[in-house]
Amino acid sequence: MQSVIKQEILALNGDEAVALAVKQSDVDVVAAYPITPQTIMVERFSEYVANGEVETEFVCTESEHSALTACLTASVTGARAFTASASAGLALMHEILFVTSGCRAPVVMAIANRALSAPLNIHCDHSDTMAQRDSGWIQIYVENAQEAYDSVIQAFKIAENPKVLLPVIVGLDGFTLSHTLENVKVLPDNIVRKFIGTRQLPFVMTHEGKRALFKLDPENSMSMGPIALQNYYFEFKRQQEEAMKNALEVIPQVNEEYAQISGRHYGDGLLEPYHLEDAEIATVCLGSTAGTVKTVVDELRSEGVKAGLLRLRTFRPLPVEGIIRYLQKVKAVGIMDRSMSFGGHGGPAFHEIRHTLYDIQNRPYIVNYIYGLGGRDTSPSQIHRIYENLQKIVRTDHVEHLINYVGLRE
Amino acid sequence: MFSEWKFTAKEIAEKPDLFLSGHRACAGCAPATVLRLIMKAVRGPTIVTNATGCMEVVSSIYPYTSWAVPWIHTAFENAAANASGIESALKILKKKGKIKHEHVDVIALAGDGGTYDIGIQALSGAVERGHDFLYVLYDNEAYMNTGIQRSGGTPFGASTTTSPAGTVIPGKLQNKKPIADIMVAHEIPYVATASPFYWRDLITKARKGIEVDGPAFLHVFAPCPRGWRSDPAKSIELSRLAVETCIFPLWEAINGEYQLSTPSKVLALAPQKKKPVREYLKLQGRFRHLFTPKFEKLTEEIQRITDERWQRLLRKCGMT
Repeated sequence: MQSVIKQEILALNGDEAVALAVKQSDVDVVAAYPITPQTIMVERFSEYVANGEVETEFVCTESEHSALTACLTASVTGARAFTASASAGLALMHEILFVTSGCRAPVVMAIANRALSAPLNIHCDHSDTMAQRDSGWIQIYVENAQEAYDSVIQAFKIAENPKVLLPVIVGLDGFTLSHTLENVKVLPDNIVRKFIGTRQLPFVMTHEGKRALFKLDPENSMSMGPIALQNYYFEFKRQQEEAMKNALEVIPQVNEEYAQISGRHYGDGLLEPYHLEDAEIATVCLGSTAGTVKTVVDELRSEGVKAGLLRLRTFRPLPVEGIIRYLQKVKAVGIMDRSMSFGGHGGPAFHEIRHTLYDIQNRPYIVNYIYGLGGRDTSPSQIHRIYENLQKIVRTDHVEHLINYVGLRE
Repeated sequence: MFSEWKFTAKEIAEKPDLFLSGHRACAGCAPATVLRLIMKAVRGPTIVTNATGCMEVVSSIYPYTSWAVPWIHTAFENAAANASGIESALKILKKKGKIKHEHVDVIALAGDGGTYDIGIQALSGAVERGHDFLYVLYDNEAYMNTGIQRSGGTPFGASTTTSPAGTVIPGKLQNKKPIADIMVAHEIPYVATASPFYWRDLITKARKGIEVDGPAFLHVFAPCPRGWRSDPAKSIELSRLAVETCIFPLWEAINGEYQLSTPSKVLALAPQKKKPVREYLKLQGRFRHLFTPKFEKLTEEIQRITDERWQRLLRKCGMT
């Protein structure tokens, strides 16, 4: 058992915390394109490069599409690769997100979550990453700058685990986290390096029947990203699903190992329960909103209300078992979505969690609260009203509105 | 800048192929011939990346591959970005002592659609950044993989499935984009054009592109019998006629200095040897409508465009 390392406290915003984590993670290639509110990440990293503080090939590409492409091919050449983006930039990468996961390239990407156009809006919501839900990337949503720092470090270790070998998105709320200064405890460089280790490359069988490292290597002429038709494509996709299942085991392991050196853990790495043991009413949310919700839960608890929160840290893979375990005894659950699925039945988190709870006996009432689009502020009083609404549902055994919009002019 | 690499036909024939037989290209496919010749120019450890397109599809049908070098395809519009990532990784991994090879060459392959149109942004960005790689454009003058749709590389007057020769419109109304000149304008160290009939010239230029330090662009003319509605046995003949008519002149620009390559230089010095474009056009079904009374005049227009471009090239080469 390793003891917790003494750590320096720095005042960093979320973007700077990410840049520092990347600096410490011995990343070989960073390819990126600037977009608000991600820009500070690439600016800080450029300074590290300019000052010779990193041994990294920094590629300032002409688009996000090329940024992710370069990370993908760098990764399969054997490098550790990182990129960062937001909103429209992530949308432009859409095609390559699928190629990256399909090629099993463990690229790590930080996203400063931001609304999608139109109308143009640079502020936070989760529309950008939610739109990439099915692209085969692991998705982690963080609550604060500290977690952004910790999660980027963890992300490399998760992505590169040979049982996983999938790319990871670490999402931090645009401006709320990306541009807000916090005290962040940082580990020494050598400890971070040791924690992640060198890039692991699994062995695979080449088409010539040779055992070879899984990379573009002149020693072994492997063909990657081929065309696979009706007879093979399906098996490739099924393997990605298996890798996601493995990630459900690896993420908690990494969370635990990291806790041993840092003293910090985020629930089990997948879900972070807050006062759920005896909760009768609870909300589920992602990202920085959890901080506000926790304050409200504390207030409610002091008033004797059995309120709780489940923070969904890992959205992909979806921690189904944990969601059931934590929420099965709750009487009413409010799912907070910071994005919409137009024409669907509520927001994406609502879809997923309601579906997950369908099979349990005596399932709770599950209602949806869509909030904070385009960076709209969500106040403690609004969250209080959500809990009041949940209490009313329990009291009256009746759901008046299944899908609710919080703080909206209607 | 370049090694004095000399080779005989025998040596080239005996050099093991890196683009292997068994691929699914059509009979008479010049791009497949071009790739085979390009891979004869390889000097050592090499990684190849391919844009989506005919050559990617015919060479990599899982679980088979025609590639005897490490090879990757990711998407259509990003061959140059693929090369950027590979080259950057090789550079830093070498610096950190994580790969043993002294040097690994990187070649990006793409068709005209993947270069003139959807891939030009990634290409422009990659060469501006100065990555050390050879980009090979195999130009069969339309989107052949998807069924002969017009591209920015399709010439004026050609009938394609999205610029069909109708009763009113005589095929494509726009000119072929001067892609190689656009690449010269990027001020990269090496740009050249080549045609597979002149295989020695083609291999030599590919080798120069590999050897040069920094980005190199090689534009290779590559007839497609399916798309051009031409006899599969005539692909190499067409790749000769394109040069002899000055439709596709052969030249190099080394550090921006244009110079004609021998097959075209001969025509500059002896203009009477230059063939009329009709000789080239008449062998192809995609220009068939230009030989009907209604559109006949357009062959003169093509001759005029060709002459104009040829004169402009001669001026760039200081030959007027």
